[in-house]
Amino acid sequence: MTTVSQPQRTQSRRPATHRTNLAQQSWIMVKRNMVHTKRMPEMLSDVTTQPIMFVLLFAFVFGASITNTGGPSYREFLLPGIQAQTIVFAAFVVAAGITNDIEKGIIDRFRSLPIARSSVLIVRSVASLIHSSIGIVVMAVTGLAIGWRIRGSVADAALAFALVLVFGFGIIWFGILIGSLMRSVEAVNGVMFTVLFPITFLANTFAPTEPMSHWLRVVAEWNPVSSLAQAMRELWGNGPAAPPSAQLPLHHPVLATIIWSLLLTAVFAPVALRTYTRRTAD
Amino acid sequence: MSGSRPAIEALDLVKKFGASARQDPAVDGVSFVVPEGTVLGLLGPNGAGKTTTVRMMTTLTEPTSGTARVAGYDVCEQPDMVRRSMGLTGQVATVDELLTGRENIRMIGGLYGIRRRDLARLSDELLEQFSIAEAADRPVKSYSGGMRRRLDLAVSLLAAPPVLFLDEPTTGLDPRSRNELWEVLRGLVAGGTTLLLTTQYLEEADQLADAIVVMDKGTIIAEGTPLELKQQAGNASLVITVSHAEDLAIAAALLRKTGAEVFVDAGARQLTAAADGLVDMTRVAGWLRDSSIEVDDIGLSRPSLDDVFLSLTGHRAEPLSVSEEETA
Repeated sequence: MTTVSQPQRTQSRRPATHRTNLAQQSWIMVKRNMVHTKRMPEMLSDVTTQPIMFVLLFAFVFGASITNTGGPSYREFLLPGIQAQTIVFAAFVVAAGITNDIEKGIIDRFRSLPIARSSVLIVRSVASLIHSSIGIVVMAVTGLAIGWRIRGSVADAALAFALVLVFGFGIIWFGILIGSLMRSVEAVNGVMFTVLFPITFLANTFAPTEPMSHWLRVVAEWNPVSSLAQAMRELWGNGPAAPPSAQLPLHHPVLATIIWSLLLTAVFAPVALRTYTRRTAD
Repeated sequence: MSGSRPAIEALDLVKKFGASARQDPAVDGVSFVVPEGTVLGLLGPNGAGKTTTVRMMTTLTEPTSGTARVAGYDVCEQPDMVRRSMGLTGQVATVDELLTGRENIRMIGGLYGIRRRDLARLSDELLEQFSIAEAADRPVKSYSGGMRRRLDLAVSLLAAPPVLFLDEPTTGLDPRSRNELWEVLRGLVAGGTTLLLTTQYLEEADQLADAIVVMDKGTIIAEGTPLELKQQAGNASLVITVSHAEDLAIAAALLRKTGAEVFVDAGARQLTAAADGLVDMTRVAGWLRDSSIEVDDIGLSRPSLDDVFLSLTGHRAEPLSVSEEETA
């Protein structure tokens, strides 16, 4: 079909259209997210000023009272933990984005277009992973400034960063589920903070698990977040291997992180997709 | 003006929400045909099933049973072709608030697969046509309700779809914006577009629609042209407002002499009775004069679609409300 230019109302002729593929569709919508960030730079505060603040607060407030028992400093111990916490909060970012899109009705607009229905979810997921990755980089830089170092090989260091993304991919399904269930961004805030904070604190993220009471320690060490933090500590050379008394996942933290990520996906992806479809299609 | 080919066909559409068998379906066996180049008004109160019907016809919701065809394509079998052939303006203006008007149009145009150069020209034209050119580069956040609606409509028209669905397009608009939107819609129909619009405003259906389908509780309770529906509602009625409340009883007695049942609204000092046109009115006016009853007003009221609605559903449609001012 060709476009004929004539001084008439627009509806009297149809513009030439071509079929777009998933990548093109996703790119157009990613650009939308980038404009959002440009118009509301404060949307980035959770991955810029907040991580710096957390690293500094934990390092100087808690770090001061934690005695160094010959091992690595608290700052070295802290950084992988806080990185793990940041990627867990990618679930929050994706949930807020999806709830907002549904609430504002823009999902209906996208769904009325001749584009792949998965594109909206893909874009929101990719955008939240990119968003959280900014936080990972900002914290790494902050860490370097206060004495955190990567002491392992380049390959190990890269593997640790890759594991962060893999884990992010798994946890994002939980975010899609919550985002599809909640009726407002405020509700997402409420649910995510009550769920994600205990998950990220009831682990080896900010303090070692050994001194915890037995049952608490078992829970903390089976927490997927602990596997991720332990994997990063070992790969970056920020801490020793788990003691023999630790639970199974911490003895194989890299493998455990991958398995946990797959499990999160296997558990949450089907129910998240079903909930999302039902919420948007009814 | 009407083509013979159907642009939209609803074929026994049924939608049940939830698994509960006891729950009544939101839409229960709705069928109608909209010929090419005509306007169908889907009329009904809140909860009648209008939006659900539109959502099924625009591929947003899967029918529990039945189907619909848009521009000849089946919504269940060929949803992608349906999406290429129709535009949708929903109840909520589905535009991105952080993007500017122009960015909204370009984003959706890109998703339709309109080429970049065409899109630049097309977005200029649409922004001009819908009087948002001046605000084109401001974020939509700052737009008034009327401007958002117009932008939403502009976005729906990007690919110049032959079929356009409008779900309560003027809800929340002030009268001026409403009239402007009606003008735009008339222009589209003149250009050959087929329109299906849902509305709670009888006036809107009366103004725009070639045919009207009235829904209540998920089913169609009446259909026809606006004129046919008005005729169904029966005769004109005689409405008298007396000047003094103490005259109400005497006036009512006089009015009863016509043989009609008389409704008395004491608060408004108003009497209403079915009337047989001007003959009754002149007779009653004479009696009132002879009895020295002063009246503020006496007149014939022809049935409006509102009366049609009342007689069909037993309740009135929502009153016209102006909730937003044009603040551009």
